[in-house]
Amino acid sequence: MSQIAIWLAILGGMLATYTTRLSFILLVPPDRMPPWFRRGLRFVAPAVLAGLVSTELVGTPGSLNLTADNHKLLAGAIAALVAWRSRNAWLTILTGMAALWILGRFFG
Amino acid sequence: MHNPHELSGPPTAPRLEFWSGVRDQIPILVGVMPAGLIFGALGKGAGFAAVAVLGFSLLVFAGSAQFVALGLAVAGAPPLVVILAIFIVNLRHALYSASFSEHLAELPRRWKIALSWLLTDEAFAVASVRFGKPEKKNAHWYMLGTGLALWATWQFSTAVGIALGAGLPDSWHLEFALPLTFLALLTPSITDGPTRLTALASAVLAVGLGGLPYRAGLLIAVIVAVGFGAWSENRHKSFVERRGA
Repeated sequence: MSQIAIWLAILGGMLATYTTRLSFILLVPPDRMPPWFRRGLRFVAPAVLAGLVSTELVGTPGSLNLTADNHKLLAGAIAALVAWRSRNAWLTILTGMAALWILGRFFG
Repeated sequence: MHNPHELSGPPTAPRLEFWSGVRDQIPILVGVMPAGLIFGALGKGAGFAAVAVLGFSLLVFAGSAQFVALGLAVAGAPPLVVILAIFIVNLRHALYSASFSEHLAELPRRWKIALSWLLTDEAFAVASVRFGKPEKKNAHWYMLGTGLALWATWQFSTAVGIALGAGLPDSWHLEFALPLTFLALLTPSITDGPTRLTALASAVLAVGLGGLPYRAGLLIAVIVAVGFGAWSENRHKSFVERRGA
């Protein structure tokens, strides 16, 4: 990619991202949203986060791996247990990272 | 001393709100920093100028979209394709914007403009918990603190990644830190039956539709799962009402 092309992509990407983030906050006050839409909003966070996590842990249809060879799935399951019991973010992240490193080191 | 109009106590001072937002974001930064390091190192390794790699983090400021964009740029895709991919990957932020429209409705325009700039996955997840609490007169200061802490960390770790270049060992699996961060953020977002069902539905759908380009499968999974969550909440409510009658 040329210098001009890369900066076009960056500036365009900035505009696309920022206008998306600004859209409702600037243009659509809550009283203009239909009630069914507002009711759904509290489900946005669990839906996005669960979708982001699941695809990273088990892959996608082309690369699906649900076996014990999948170290990320095992490490993720351990981290999920820690997240659920401790509700502590840094402990969850560090445990997951350590688990994946140990699995790769000794069971690779 | 009891004032019935102040059941939830007096508002917290802006300065305290700001720093408590920063403080609550710190554990999340443990997972965000490795992702920034990787982005910087990958960009530099792919042969892009340091200022362009940093430009992505400074101006686009969106974790997963930046990785998709970098992959496309390396493959020589035209700028319009890269921009379109960034747009699709980040469309879920419109739902964040819709959620926060209510919390920020009373603020002056300059606040809306500034806080929208900081509306990332991580800031959304952390600030949502704060906006869910009763007393929120100065909660926008909390979001400013949480968003700025993330912004500064993303820039700093990108810069360090550029400086380190290819010096990051693969066996550390630093790329795993970001999914773990989302896992840590997922737990507090599941508060009842309907939110649990939503998360489960989205997890399964996102994997099933994962073959679609530019993470479009994630977007579809989120929209369907949100609808499913709202439907199951309705069903649950009418069930309770019937039982009560």
